[in-house]
Amino acid sequence: MATTMTTETRAAGGPAALPGLRRPIPKWIWLGIIFAALLPLIGGQTGLISNFYFLQLSLMIVYSIAVLGLNLLTGFNGQISLGHGAFFAVGAYVTAILIDRYEMHYLATLPLAMIACFIVGYLFGRPALRLEGHYLALATFALAIAVPQFLKYRHFEPLTHGVQGINIFKPDPPFGLPLSPDQWLYLVVLACAVVMFIVARNIVQSRMGRAMMAIRDQPLAADTMGINSARTKSITFGISALYVGLAGALHAIIFEFVSPDSFRFELSIAMLVGAVIGGIATLSGAVIGGFFVQFIEKYADALTKWITSTVHLPIHLEPWTIYGIVLIVLMYTMPMGIAGGLASLWRKIRPPG
Amino acid sequence: MEQLLQQVASGLANGAIYALLALALVMIFVSTNHINFAQGEMAMFSAFVCWQLLNWGYSFWVALPATMLFSFTIGVLIERIILRPLHTAPLLSVVVVFIGLLAIFHSLAGAIWTHTVKPFPSPFPDFSFVHSGIIGPHQIGMIIGAVGMLGLLFCSFRFTPLGLAMRAAALNATSARLVGINVDWMLALGWGLAATVGSVAGVLVAPVVYLEPNMMAGILLYGFAGALVGGISSPGGAVAGGFIVGVLENMVAYLGNMLERATGFYLIGNGEKLTVALIIVITVLTLKPSGLFGHVTVKRV
Repeated sequence: MATTMTTETRAAGGPAALPGLRRPIPKWIWLGIIFAALLPLIGGQTGLISNFYFLQLSLMIVYSIAVLGLNLLTGFNGQISLGHGAFFAVGAYVTAILIDRYEMHYLATLPLAMIACFIVGYLFGRPALRLEGHYLALATFALAIAVPQFLKYRHFEPLTHGVQGINIFKPDPPFGLPLSPDQWLYLVVLACAVVMFIVARNIVQSRMGRAMMAIRDQPLAADTMGINSARTKSITFGISALYVGLAGALHAIIFEFVSPDSFRFELSIAMLVGAVIGGIATLSGAVIGGFFVQFIEKYADALTKWITSTVHLPIHLEPWTIYGIVLIVLMYTMPMGIAGGLASLWRKIRPPG
Repeated sequence: MEQLLQQVASGLANGAIYALLALALVMIFVSTNHINFAQGEMAMFSAFVCWQLLNWGYSFWVALPATMLFSFTIGVLIERIILRPLHTAPLLSVVVVFIGLLAIFHSLAGAIWTHTVKPFPSPFPDFSFVHSGIIGPHQIGMIIGAVGMLGLLFCSFRFTPLGLAMRAAALNATSARLVGINVDWMLALGWGLAATVGSVAGVLVAPVVYLEPNMMAGILLYGFAGALVGGISSPGGAVAGGFIVGVLENMVAYLGNMLERATGFYLIGNGEKLTVALIIVITVLTLKPSGLFGHVTVKRV
């Protein structure tokens, strides 16, 4: 990991590319966000975009937030987690329980879910600190496999309703806004994502972010420079869990349902796939990754059916086969993900100077 | 008392499977420093292959060697084709490739043999003897099969020139190369052997957990736990660790059951098996990462 990262940052060129110096967010990104925010007005009111597609878009944004959380940990801090589905589950369950049991307002549950996930992530990150590389991957792998069973624990049942899960209802838009619930939630999710991406950008460009990357690239040198690597690593774990937890909470609200079996190992894998595909140490990669995850989840079935019928395979391929093949092929061709691959392509073809 | 013995016996039987998986993991870890996250799914796939052969009417004693040969080939091919180019790749790439392999084996098994749960016939004759209340014939078969496999491996590593070459390649690749050992092929052979060991574990455990693409997830977790308890750098330790976690797993459920009967309070039971494995993994990793029998690696700065 370390070697590719350092060449990547070095290749990025002069001092302007150093992550420590802040650059304003480009205008076209703001324009894109404004366009996205106007979508319910444009597409929704004219009937061009149905509620179904707003739900899909919301899910894509939610997965982008989750992948962003994983990117902060794995991409910027170099800690590999195969178990982030666990934090997704914690966020989703905190929100669902607060709404279902304590009848809280759904927006008020979001900060609580984030705080809960930060604490859980920090506590998990604390002992996991001593684990490096493979061992951390192994511990989080174990976490991912144990999660659904843990959620079914008998004494949590009054809160979690065991295997049946919790049903919650989609909130209506406030102030009598002429929007459907799906359109309203799309706006809520979009707003959360914009805030979380700006915060992530600031973290990465701050003292904290530089410490995270220093630990990733040269742990020993980072220690020598006076960086408290234990503290930085466990706080990063907490922040990462907070992001994923928010994604889980939003997912619970837009999906209106949580159950132990929605948080199986596949979810953790999906997040990892998203992070790797987008580009593990980029913020923009998280958007690509999140969109890819939802796209595969939605259309992989159709895609595999199409492949099966055009190539005349004797068996019906499953979406996971595509996941696996994409993962392996990508590791050979674009180990920095699509965003990283595009960035290095751009550096090759851009005019010198 | 009889119940306790029963639990210990079935713990040992499960432990035999964990020991095999742990050994397969350690064999790959020692030589390449990789943790094979796809080991469980590979074993599951092998069990399906064996089931298919049985279904085509071959006898078990034909199907098992054929399955082992198949798994060996797959293991060698994976090492040669997929992992060879990644020898110097960053850790994340390696982990991601293993996850990719896991996904491929899992979904291929589902695609070829569907996700419906299938019974798997026990290869061992159903005889009864004095203590059959404590331990069943298949459980004895599991223990004998696993121990036999371990013995065979031990002898081939200890007493054959090939085994010596493989150990040399794993311990010190540079020196091994200097004395003329083809280290690359030794690694591939190690992968093949690990896959074979895993396939035996899959076939032996299939009659107990039934055959389906998800069957190995929990078992692999216990395999990991066993490897870590024994020390992931020590093959002998991993085997011991496998048996230890097998018995421990059943003891925890047994004690939980006793507690519930005595006080009426349910703390832990069969439903928490995976959580117990998670706790074992994290405890060992934080308190004694080198395990009971592993040697501590000292990094030179």
